Amino acid sequence: MRKIHDFHGGVHPPENKHQSVRTAIANAGVPEELVLPLSQHIGAAAQPVVGVGDKVLKGQLLAAATGFVSVPVHAPTSGTVSAIEDRLIAHPSGHSAPCIVLASDGMDQWQDCVATADYRSVDRVALLDQIRSAGVAGMGGAGFPTAVKLAVKPEKHIQTLILNGTECEPYITADDIIMRERASRIIEGAQILAYLVEPDEIVIGIEDNKPESIAALQAAAQDTPVEIAVFPTKYPSGGEKQLIEILTGKQVPSGGLPADIGVVCQNVGSAIAVRDAIIEGKPLISRVVTVTGDAVAEPQNFEALIGTSMSYLLQKAGYQPEKNQRLIMGGPMMGFTVPDPNVPIVKTTNCILAPAATELPAPPPAQPCIRCGMCAEVCPASLLPQQLFWFAQGKEFEKAEQHNLFDCIECGACSYACPSNIPLVQYYRAAKAEVIQMREDAEKSEHSRLRFEARQARKEREEAEKEAKRAARKKAAQEKARLAAEQGEAGEDPIQAAIERAKAKKAAQVAGSGAEGGSELEKLEKAVVTIRKRLETASAKFEAAKAEGAEHVDALKLGVDKTSAKLAAAEKALHDWQQANPAANSELPSAAEPADAAQAAIQKAMAARAQDAARSPQEKAQDNLQKLESRLTKSEARLQQSRAANEEEKIIIALESTVERLREKVAAAKAELQDKETC
Amino acid sequence: MSLMRITSPHTHGPARTSKVMQQVLLATLPGLLVLTHFFGFGTLVNVLWAAVLAIAFEALALTLRKRPLGFYLSDCSALVTAVLLGIALPPYSPWWLIAVGMASAILLAKHLYGGLGYNPFNPAMVGYVVLLISFPVQMTSWAPPRGAGELPGLLEALQACFVPASYDAVTMATPLDLLKQNNSLLVEDLWQANPQFGRWGGVGWEWANIAFLGGGLWLLYQRVFTWHAPVAMLATLTVMAALFYDGGSSASGGSPLFHLLSGATMFGAFFIVTDPVSSAVSVRGRLVYGALIGVLIYLIRVFGNYPDAVAFAVLIMNLAAPFIDQYTQPRTYGHTRHGGGS
Amino acid sequence: MYELIAQYPLLAALFALVSLGAVFGAILGYAAVRFKAEGNPIVDQINAILPQTQCGQCGHPGCRPYAEAIAAGEAINKCPPGGQAGVQALADLLDVEAPTLDEEHGEEKVPHVAYIHEDDCIGCTKCIQACPVDAILGAAKHMHTVIASECTGCDLCVDPCPVDCIEMIPEHETVQTWHWQLPDPNSRRVDIIASDATAEEAA
Repeated sequence: MRKIHDFHGGVHPPENKHQSVRTAIANAGVPEELVLPLSQHIGAAAQPVVGVGDKVLKGQLLAAATGFVSVPVHAPTSGTVSAIEDRLIAHPSGHSAPCIVLASDGMDQWQDCVATADYRSVDRVALLDQIRSAGVAGMGGAGFPTAVKLAVKPEKHIQTLILNGTECEPYITADDIIMRERASRIIEGAQILAYLVEPDEIVIGIEDNKPESIAALQAAAQDTPVEIAVFPTKYPSGGEKQLIEILTGKQVPSGGLPADIGVVCQNVGSAIAVRDAIIEGKPLISRVVTVTGDAVAEPQNFEALIGTSMSYLLQKAGYQPEKNQRLIMGGPMMGFTVPDPNVPIVKTTNCILAPAATELPAPPPAQPCIRCGMCAEVCPASLLPQQLFWFAQGKEFEKAEQHNLFDCIECGACSYACPSNIPLVQYYRAAKAEVIQMREDAEKSEHSRLRFEARQARKEREEAEKEAKRAARKKAAQEKARLAAEQGEAGEDPIQAAIERAKAKKAAQVAGSGAEGGSELEKLEKAVVTIRKRLETASAKFEAAKAEGAEHVDALKLGVDKTSAKLAAAEKALHDWQQANPAANSELPSAAEPADAAQAAIQKAMAARAQDAARSPQEKAQDNLQKLESRLTKSEARLQQSRAANEEEKIIIALESTVERLREKVAAAKAELQDKETC
Repeated sequence: MSLMRITSPHTHGPARTSKVMQQVLLATLPGLLVLTHFFGFGTLVNVLWAAVLAIAFEALALTLRKRPLGFYLSDCSALVTAVLLGIALPPYSPWWLIAVGMASAILLAKHLYGGLGYNPFNPAMVGYVVLLISFPVQMTSWAPPRGAGELPGLLEALQACFVPASYDAVTMATPLDLLKQNNSLLVEDLWQANPQFGRWGGVGWEWANIAFLGGGLWLLYQRVFTWHAPVAMLATLTVMAALFYDGGSSASGGSPLFHLLSGATMFGAFFIVTDPVSSAVSVRGRLVYGALIGVLIYLIRVFGNYPDAVAFAVLIMNLAAPFIDQYTQPRTYGHTRHGGGS
Repeated sequence: MYELIAQYPLLAALFALVSLGAVFGAILGYAAVRFKAEGNPIVDQINAILPQTQCGQCGHPGCRPYAEAIAAGEAINKCPPGGQAGVQALADLLDVEAPTLDEEHGEEKVPHVAYIHEDDCIGCTKCIQACPVDAILGAAKHMHTVIASECTGCDLCVDPCPVDCIEMIPEHETVQTWHWQLPDPNSRRVDIIASDATAEEAA
């Protein structure tokens, strides 16, 4: 008999499990519409591989895993993909997330499954891949990809494989009922898992409040190396870390993994999913869900397809919405409230709890903490919850971190025991999020700083290079002048000659710069004109030659073609240049230093803001409107001009959309102004 | 239908602050009855008058602080303070003495620091010490126990409280006083010469202590507090007394049994030391906290200027509680003893 | 000497105080030199608090210049992206009273990310030149795009754009970024305050 250890703390909330195990697992059937969130697990969301309107078979891949820590999504029934869009999902935020919506065709037609009955003949890596592509994620509630958990590094020897059948949360019986009804499949799954991680021992841990499950599993485990360990009921013995301590006496190091101490832990439901994926080749498309609480007439367990709406299952169980004030996914200790009954169940949905208002009353207002220490007594992580609470309340997040905030497993035992009804878990969740946010912000700002400094350095370097070139040029010119002067000394009137030379050079420079900066346009236009002339002469020659029937007609034709091609290129160059310099007519784009662009923007913004601050909102709005209107007229003028000039279509479209947007903004500004004036 | 969106857990255990406070009040009853039996109605009148004042001061403070009255009064914490101070004060104390004490306790020690949960010192003990320092005469005159003098009736008790000028108080030194003031006598002689000494401690005192012990054990059974602080305190007090007890010479501080059953030992151990707000929080912290209080009580009783010392010892250790907490944090799951995880 | 001191106790006290002052002064002076703390230069510490958006709303071309200006005595409330929390952190660091954010320099708002309407972009590179953290990618006459993960939401690229194709899009909360907030200490759930309750009733 295994030695059972105890863990610190724990509570004994009323179990309320008997209501939902009176009947066997019921098949919930196929609803008309299934909504499949792309992210039902911890890790990266899956990527859809089907399109809207595609016909799919039951078990077909709908969305593929993206990265190592990710799992794919499969079609729970046959039908048509009716949409890929954001839908409300079961999440405490009440936000929507990308989902694949599948309209059932009622046929429920399987695709061909590749079964691997003799898994021992298959390579471990291939089996892991099979589990991975079957979309198996932890069914206990957290939803960590199972294949990732099983991919233990070869240098780590696993002593104990634990199957978690504890189900310590009140109300939930999904694991209990599968252990009763599907014990042999669990044992089979356990053996597959054992083949994968090669442990010294295989243990299934169960609390002593499930005698039927214990008996069923013991019967199924006969003549197998699987051991059934029974221990006293106490919440949260089903927490992975707590269960490991109960069964092995060892603690998972903070920040480490169970594999670090030679343990791999899997939920019993995951074991069945792994078994089905290997032996039957079926992906994870359904699960057992407990629907319970006083607001349903017949609490029971359903075998439901992933993506089934909660309201569908609730109806089947006789939902009485008028009794129900909050709908909980999961148990009363760690579950979260969902915003609406019309959200789909996912791979981690073990329970839908619809309590009556009297059953789980709304929490009364919190009273002050009296440091009674009851929270510390029940904390399974041996934390000092009330200290963490004071730190979180005072926003001293660093101190909370020092007091091991991140070792909190959010089990809720402290809040349960607190005589002052303080929502402690909410404080810890918020504090954790705050700490993570601060870390990310610090990282991001550090990153921006580095990029800014790199840019600064680059600009300085460029400036320095330019300066060096300028200096070199100047020096060279001086040197030349000196040399010339020296040479000139020999000849007659050297000074006069040097001056002449310099003058000539200057003139040339002016002309050159004029051609360069002043009129790229002219140059291009000139080129067009010349080529056109050449084309005309060439064409004339060609015509003449053709008329004469000369033998070099072909050569001439080639020449004409070439010239016309050149003309086209030149015209295009001209065009492009005009397009790139839309303001060419009025002002030339100053080749000002890039630094000044930023600086000028800053100054402009500053001036505008300074003005803004001095004025009332109404004036601001007025001014804003005027500005927008002037911008609009400008843009419209530009558009007219472009149209008149018959510019390229692309430019006109761009300008048109600009005008359109400006018009919208003007309208919005007008509305705002009216608003301001009326109130 | 709009569904609630709140954080887990969605269920709550049976513990309530007000229930805890009511249990504490209930647990003082046996001690209160014994005190009334041996010293007359004085203590009862103290407690009742203190309770009236407590509610009044609490309401005043809450009004000034713009907090809802009903919500905060219903936690019964002010009543607990009143009962504890009422018991600690000498019977037949005048009304103004109790009023000054309650004002110090509720207004000064509690609400000035932010109300329930925020006070670094035990309010009842602050009230007691303020009185002890300000009015030493009134605070050290204790009524004679049943058998050593005539017990005043209820009317006289009320008269003593509300019309103190007209009440001719009969007082007698407490056993702890006698022990302190007489150094030239053997303990045995002292015992014989004074009728207020009883079988183990003092007449009345020993039974009152046993009654408070009973109330405390009941609270322990009800899991209102853990055993750590009171047991540690009683243990060190016993050890100290045993170490310094020489069998009864003139300088001896009294036997361990005498110390356990005399003065406010049990009352302190189960009703004052266990005050959660101002004590240390971790399990090891409470052990240290209680143990040091036990040592201090003995030291002040025997070597200090005051006859009893629970109030001073507790207040001194209140000061040290945050420091104790800092150094007695429990080892978090998955951490090694010397900090750090993996 | 002794007699003199005995006769004039005032002198004795004076003498004692002065000599004590001298002794402790010497000790402190020595300690200051001997145990000199090699801390971060103050500019670096200030810069670490600034949000590094490099937006220039403070009137300086970047966060570091503003950090230098603060070290030289400029007001600490000119940084809207840092918000009131940033002002508070700076006040804590510099051990001064925290002023409120100066509205002249803009208001605190949710983080934004620049987005280029790529159909409209004409490839003028003006926004690239304006971006303080090189978060815009593109070449002349080619469409530009913003590297969203590098964008600090500073606004500086919006003004230079000749065709108004850059828009500042506020970052939306998603299922991934959502998290529980601390219980509001003023809400009924945690700590009832009568004034709030009456205010609510009045409203």
